[in-house]
Amino acid sequence: MESFELHAPDSAALADAARHWRAAYVHIPFCARRCPYCDFAVVTPDEQVGPHRRYVDALVSEIGMEPHWQPLDALFIGGGTPSQLEPDQLALVIAALAERFGFAAHHEVTMEANPEDWDAETADGFLAAGVNRVSFGVQSFDATVLASLGRLHNAEQAVDAVHVAKAAGFDSVNIDLIYGAVGETVASWRATVERGLATEPDHVSMYSLTVEPGTALSRAVGAGAPAPDEDDLADKYELGSEMMDRAGLVRYEVSNFARPGATVRYNMTAWAQGEYLAFGLGAHGHREQVRRRNVRRLSAYLDMVESGNRPQAGADRIGGWSREVERVFLGIRRAAGVEAGSAGAQLLAGADGQRLVGAGILSDDWGRLRVLRPLLTDEVSRAVLSLSP
Amino acid sequence: MTDQARIRNFSIIAHIDHGKSTLADRLLELTGAVTQREMRSQLLDSMDIERERGITIKAQAVRLMHEHKGVVHALNLIDTPGHVDFSYEVSRSLASCEGAVLLVDASQGIEAQTLANAYLAVENGLEIIPVINKIDLPAADPDKVAQEITGILGGSVDEVIRVSAKTGEGIDLLLDAIVERLPAPEGLEHGPLRALVFDSYYDTYRGVVSYLRVIDGHLDKGDQVHFMATKLDEGADEVGYLTPAVEPVPRLSTGEVGYLITGVKDIDLIRVGDTVTSSADGAVDALPGYQEPKPMVYSGLFPTDGDDFERLRDALDKLRLNDASLVFQPESSRALGFGFRCGFLGLLHMEIVRERLEREYDLDLVATAPSVEYRAIVQGGEEVTVRSPQDLPDPGQTVRIEEPYVKVMIITPSEYVGTVMELVQSKRGEMGEMTYLTPERVELHYRLPLSEIVFDFFDQLKSRTKGYASMDYEPDNYRASNLVKVDILLNGLSVDAFSSIVHRDRSYGYGKAMVSRLRELIPRQLFDVPIQAAVGGRIISRETVKAKRKDVIAKCYGGDISRKRKLLEKQKAGKRRMKMVGQVEVPQEAFVAALRIDE
Ligand SMILES: Nc1nc2c(ncn2[C@@H]2O[C@H](COP(=O)(O)OP(=O)(O)O)[C@@H](O)[C@H]2O)c(=O)[nH]1
Ligand SMILES: C[S@@+](CC[C@H](N)C(=O)[O-])C[C@H]1O[C@@H](n2cnc3c(N)ncnc32)[C@H](O)[C@@H]1O
Ligand code: SF4
Ligand SMILES: [Mg+2]
Repeated sequence: MESFELHAPDSAALADAARHWRAAYVHIPFCARRCPYCDFAVVTPDEQVGPHRRYVDALVSEIGMEPHWQPLDALFIGGGTPSQLEPDQLALVIAALAERFGFAAHHEVTMEANPEDWDAETADGFLAAGVNRVSFGVQSFDATVLASLGRLHNAEQAVDAVHVAKAAGFDSVNIDLIYGAVGETVASWRATVERGLATEPDHVSMYSLTVEPGTALSRAVGAGAPAPDEDDLADKYELGSEMMDRAGLVRYEVSNFARPGATVRYNMTAWAQGEYLAFGLGAHGHREQVRRRNVRRLSAYLDMVESGNRPQAGADRIGGWSREVERVFLGIRRAAGVEAGSAGAQLLAGADGQRLVGAGILSDDWGRLRVLRPLLTDEVSRAVLSLSP
Repeated sequence: MTDQARIRNFSIIAHIDHGKSTLADRLLELTGAVTQREMRSQLLDSMDIERERGITIKAQAVRLMHEHKGVVHALNLIDTPGHVDFSYEVSRSLASCEGAVLLVDASQGIEAQTLANAYLAVENGLEIIPVINKIDLPAADPDKVAQEITGILGGSVDEVIRVSAKTGEGIDLLLDAIVERLPAPEGLEHGPLRALVFDSYYDTYRGVVSYLRVIDGHLDKGDQVHFMATKLDEGADEVGYLTPAVEPVPRLSTGEVGYLITGVKDIDLIRVGDTVTSSADGAVDALPGYQEPKPMVYSGLFPTDGDDFERLRDALDKLRLNDASLVFQPESSRALGFGFRCGFLGLLHMEIVRERLEREYDLDLVATAPSVEYRAIVQGGEEVTVRSPQDLPDPGQTVRIEEPYVKVMIITPSEYVGTVMELVQSKRGEMGEMTYLTPERVELHYRLPLSEIVFDFFDQLKSRTKGYASMDYEPDNYRASNLVKVDILLNGLSVDAFSSIVHRDRSYGYGKAMVSRLRELIPRQLFDVPIQAAVGGRIISRETVKAKRKDVIAKCYGGDISRKRKLLEKQKAGKRRMKMVGQVEVPQEAFVAALRIDE
């Protein structure tokens, strides 16, 4: 794979090239406890089935069940909390992938980590295991907000984690931030972004707190607790984006900001409707026009893999018009926009498209669609999904 | 045919949930009208909605055979509806009976509507058997309830029969009492035929089926019959009993209850309350009929999709075949396009009709704020009927506007008298008599504007008295009132579907409440949407739905593409249930917002 160091994060050429990259996702479900807002496939200590090593072995077996492919350009090890594994356990998984598919020359291997799990020793261990990019779940630097999000780390641990990672020699460091939690003022959010930027991350993901169905947060809101407020979220998004911009981090997707050369290849692949393999609990993959997903229960996952079966829960073939619509609805999230193609042309020709262009939300530059107000992206997505061939 | 001496015709008068349907089931079971195997719980409630909501909408009849001291008797049970909205149907049923079972829950005591119906039965000369139900309940206090009943209706406590419709205890005693205590019919066996139509329904295969009670003479299959009110002559193609399955017989004789099928396909031609006689040498005098059911509230029904107008018309036509109380006429609205102004017996009736239209006929509907029927007297003395704010004549031409009043009877535990009075006063009510039924229970009488009670009065009464108070009402007179039309403007455009007629003293509060309610109900759009209330062109309230600022899923990674797509598809489907009013997308719930305004 060629190096894209020279491209701006929001370059159209970069965004479109990602369609041809090959990526893989590995899910590590273990967490010390479940955060109230989280709906990922998570296994807490009391739900655990066997030691971590059993899960790692299952991952290795599952990797062996995937048909051969080309070398991987990007690997994303997400969670859950991958930093709950020992570095040598993660090394087994990365080695299994290297053996079965190989890695391309400038490959990216990201892991998610929680700040409280991180020190110089683990950093070196994960680096040695083959990880070259780390993403920290920082969320906030405000103690009240961290408490309201049910997090186990404090601001100092987050700052230390980033410094340690940089010193250890990771190519790229990301921090995840969440805005809109109960008790977070605009001033608190500004301070969080300032402190985050002061650690000089290569990449920042900035998410509005989302009330996902089935979470403790959703139950609390259902029982009358305050839900995140639309205007507050919009204010914070605008403030955060502006601060990123001043710090030289370029917005290249609705919620993602990077310095030049530091965009995440794994995510870029997904947004370009490219292909990625998926291993582990609840993992989703996309290969040869089929989107497949794994089972979400740990015992089911282990039973299936250990008896030699793929732990698949379901699969959908996305072809024809449905694929074309999906291409636009995914691509439109990027600052670089998306080639209009047949769905985009139809959108522009219809009343919905004209209304969106008229309202200054959507633009059409020589056949490339861009969303000018990222906070209103879903207005465009729904219009795209309403199209019929 | 059955000898009159061996016939008993009766209804069950009961408050909702006091166990009428369950008792009917038990009677059917015990008399073998249905075998256990066929026994579907609550057999008489046949419509789906009726089963779901647990209320009885249409009166139905069933013939039960019961052996008493070696003689088989035919007991005709004529079911009556249990909700205030449908009380007009009760009087029809009572007119077909000689007796009534007054059923009261042993843990609740007598309720307003039951009492109103019991008085009605007494006025009609019916013999009443008081029955206390649910004696199996731990909270049952049958002695107290028996005293309450005899205190109101007279008689001795020993005459009150105690049963459990659930366990079947005491039902045999009740059956015996029906035979022993209710009078047999005493019609003229050789007189000219006179039969009372007390209900009718439309059957797709058979056309209109009439339920009737033969008062005098007899009705044979093949007779030429004459409907006295509609002056219709038809052949009796089939007559029979309802057991509850239809059982054709050659003759319905004096005193019997059954059904009649003629060639009639149009339900409007068979009027409930009409008298059926023979075409040749028929009766001269019709039986005292009853009033037509009179709609109490009117509301506009509009298809969300304008193309569905004809389908809505067909659906209403079909519904009406089974529900003569439903009236409608085409209406057009600037905001909503073409639809129908429909008259209903009450809000529950309105909800049921709307639900049936949406469910059984697959229509998506918008219902506008309900309105009662006002009268405007214009210069020159002419009277204009106003069923919708749009019908109001020009204020400059209007001499006065009158609104309908009702007489309301409320029964409540005495501790809530103050609360009830407060509620009634806030609804412009006038206090009438107050009678203590027992030291703990009070019967209160009021006069109130109908418009004040049709919306949420009943719900408020219930919630303020923890569910203990009950009510019944009947039309009173029309009175002049200081009424104004409150217009609602959306994005500068007056939306006819939102305008409403209210008392002037209430206009400010109403306008303000409506505007703030709409502000909550109308989702943020791509631009600011002002919402205003106006009386006669003067703005009395204003709020703004601020332009939408954020509408995006924060996180969309490889793992959630299918899920996010589904979420977006779902949001999209939600949008389809919106109605475009000018440039503004308005959810359907907004159109009934007025219903829930709690000033
Ligand atoms: N415990 C008890 N419950 C009863 C009895 N009769 C009826 N019920 C219950 O009371 C509720 C209302 O009964 P239903 O027959 O639908 O009342 P309706 O509204 O008067 O027709 C139902 O849940 C019945 O099961 C009884 O004798 N004892
Ligand atoms: C896979 S998660 C978890 C990574 C890691 N275990 C952690 O919690 O830091 C990745 C990121 O998604 C974001 N996230 C998870 N749930 C969210 C929610 N309900 N609303 C907004 N962001 C959320 C958080 O920023 C989180 O760091
Ligand atoms: S947010 Fe992260 S740490 Fe918290 S439960 Fe979810 S995956 Fe685990
Ligand atoms: Mg019932």
